[in-house]
Amino acid sequence: MADQAAVTGRLRVLVVDDEPGMCRGVARALERFAVPEPDLGLTVSFSVAQAASGEEALAMMAQGLPDLLLLDHKLPGISGIEVLERLPAGEHDLQTIMITAYASLETAVTAIKRGAYDFLPKPFTPDELRAVVRKAAHAVVLARQARQLAAEKRQVRFQFISVLGHELKAPLGAIEGYLRIMRDRAAGSELAAYDEAVARSLVRADQMRKLIEDLLQLTRIESGQRARTLAPTDAMAVLRAAAETVQPDAQARGISVTLAGPVTLPVLADATELEIIANNLLTNAVKYNRDGGTVTATLASAAPGLTLTVADTGIGMTAEETARLFGEFVRMRNAKTKHILGSGLGLSIVKKLAELNGGSVTVASTPDAGTTVTVALALPAAG
Amino acid sequence: MMSEAKAKRHQGTLLVADDDDDYRLQLVLQLQREGFRVLEADSAQAAEALLQRETIDLAIVDVVMENWDSGFTLCYHIKQKNPRTPVIMVTAVSSETGIDIDAATDEERSWVKADVLFAKPVRFEQLLNQIEHFLHG
Repeated sequence: MADQAAVTGRLRVLVVDDEPGMCRGVARALERFAVPEPDLGLTVSFSVAQAASGEEALAMMAQGLPDLLLLDHKLPGISGIEVLERLPAGEHDLQTIMITAYASLETAVTAIKRGAYDFLPKPFTPDELRAVVRKAAHAVVLARQARQLAAEKRQVRFQFISVLGHELKAPLGAIEGYLRIMRDRAAGSELAAYDEAVARSLVRADQMRKLIEDLLQLTRIESGQRARTLAPTDAMAVLRAAAETVQPDAQARGISVTLAGPVTLPVLADATELEIIANNLLTNAVKYNRDGGTVTATLASAAPGLTLTVADTGIGMTAEETARLFGEFVRMRNAKTKHILGSGLGLSIVKKLAELNGGSVTVASTPDAGTTVTVALALPAAG
Repeated sequence: MMSEAKAKRHQGTLLVADDDDDYRLQLVLQLQREGFRVLEADSAQAAEALLQRETIDLAIVDVVMENWDSGFTLCYHIKQKNPRTPVIMVTAVSSETGIDIDAATDEERSWVKADVLFAKPVRFEQLLNQIEHFLHG
C-alpha cells in the first residue's frame, strides 16, 4: 500500500548528554538494533545524532525534530526539563526518554508533565536501553500511523462535501434560472408559456429533496444514530410492500415486477432497514430498466439469514462502471442515464445497511442486458 | 413590463444544441421572447439531424454533450455546410473541471471552428449582444 511507504522504517534518534562516552554508547547500542512491527509490515531501525548540551540540542531540533529524544536531565547549561519546555509546539510524533543519574520521583513527575514518554535511570545496560527504545519506537510508529489515517479521513470527507456541494448547486441553479425567467416575464405574458418551466423547477426541487433525505439517512446509519429495533419481521411482506411502492412508476413504463419466494419468511431484523434495502433495489431496477422490461425480485432464506436478488432487464453497466458503483454520488452519467434522476447515494445506503447486518452486496451486470443485485443478510431466524 | 414591440424585435432561426435540459429550456424561452425562431437539440446527433432539413442563421452549441468534444464536431459540420453561419460555443467545462479552453490566438481560433466561446453560466444579455453583433453587426 502507498500509505505504508510513508511510514518510514528508520527513526531518527537524538542523544543529548554531556558525557561523550554515553553518547557513543547509545549510538553503538542502537546501530544494528531493529524492532519488527509485523502489524504495520515494517522493521524499525535507528540513526543516531548527538548533542553535548541542551542549547546544542535545541539548535539542532530547530532544523527538524527527531523521532526519539534521549535526554539527560543534568546538563551543563539548561537542564533537560527546560529543553522539554522549549520544544517547538505543533503536531509531531516525537517521544522523549529522560535519562537520569539520580532518579528522584520529583524529577520523574515534572518530566512526565512536560511530555516525556519514559525514563532510563543511569547507569543502564545496552539491553535496558534497547527495551526502553523499543517501547518508545512502537509509540512513535503508532502515533504516526494514526495521524496518517486521520489525514486520509479528512481528505475523504473533503471530497464528499465538495461533490455534495456540486450536486446541490446544480438543481438550485436551474430553479433560480426558471425563477428569473418568470420574474422577467421572459416568455411573454401568457401564463401557459411558463408551464414547462414550473414543471422542471418542481422536478429539480424534488431531486434536491431526495438527495438531502438520502444524505440524512446515510449519515444517521453511518453514525449509528439511527435506533435499531430487532423484531420478528416477515421479510416477504416487506418485499411485497416495496413492490407496491414502485408499481405506479413501473406500470407507467410497462415494466412488470415479479416476486418469488416463500409465502412468509420470518426473520429477526430491523423492519425499516429491510424496507430501505428493498425499496432502493426495486426503485433502481425500475429506474434503470427499459420500457416494457421486467424486474424479478427473489427472496430466499439462507443459513444464516436471507438473500434478496433483484434482476432487471435494463441498460446494464460495463465492468468498469460496476467497479465504481459503490462510491458515493456515483451515478453512471452517460447518454442512457441522462434523463434518470437519482441522488447517487442509494447503493451506498444499501451497502452500509447490509454490512450493519453482517452481510454483503454483490452486483452482476451486462451492458444493454440488465443488472442483478444480490443482498445477503446474516439475520437470525424468528421463531 | 416590457412592451411586445420591444420584445419581438428579432428575426432569424437559431439552433440551440445543449444536453442540459434546464439550461436549454431557459435559453429557448428567452430567445423566443426576443422573437427568434429556435430549433432545439439535446444532443449533437439530434442537431445533425435538424441540420439535414433546416437552414439556420446562427448556432449556440454546448461543448460537452454525448462526448466531451461533441460540440466541436458539430461546430465543424455547421461550418462545413455554411462557413458563414456564426457559431457560439458555451461550456461548463472550465467551471467544473478547471480545464480552460481559450481560443485567444489565430492558430487556436483556426482549430476551434467556433466564432466565440463562452463559459457557463453566461448572462443572457451578453449572449444576446453577441447574437445581435453576428446577425446585424
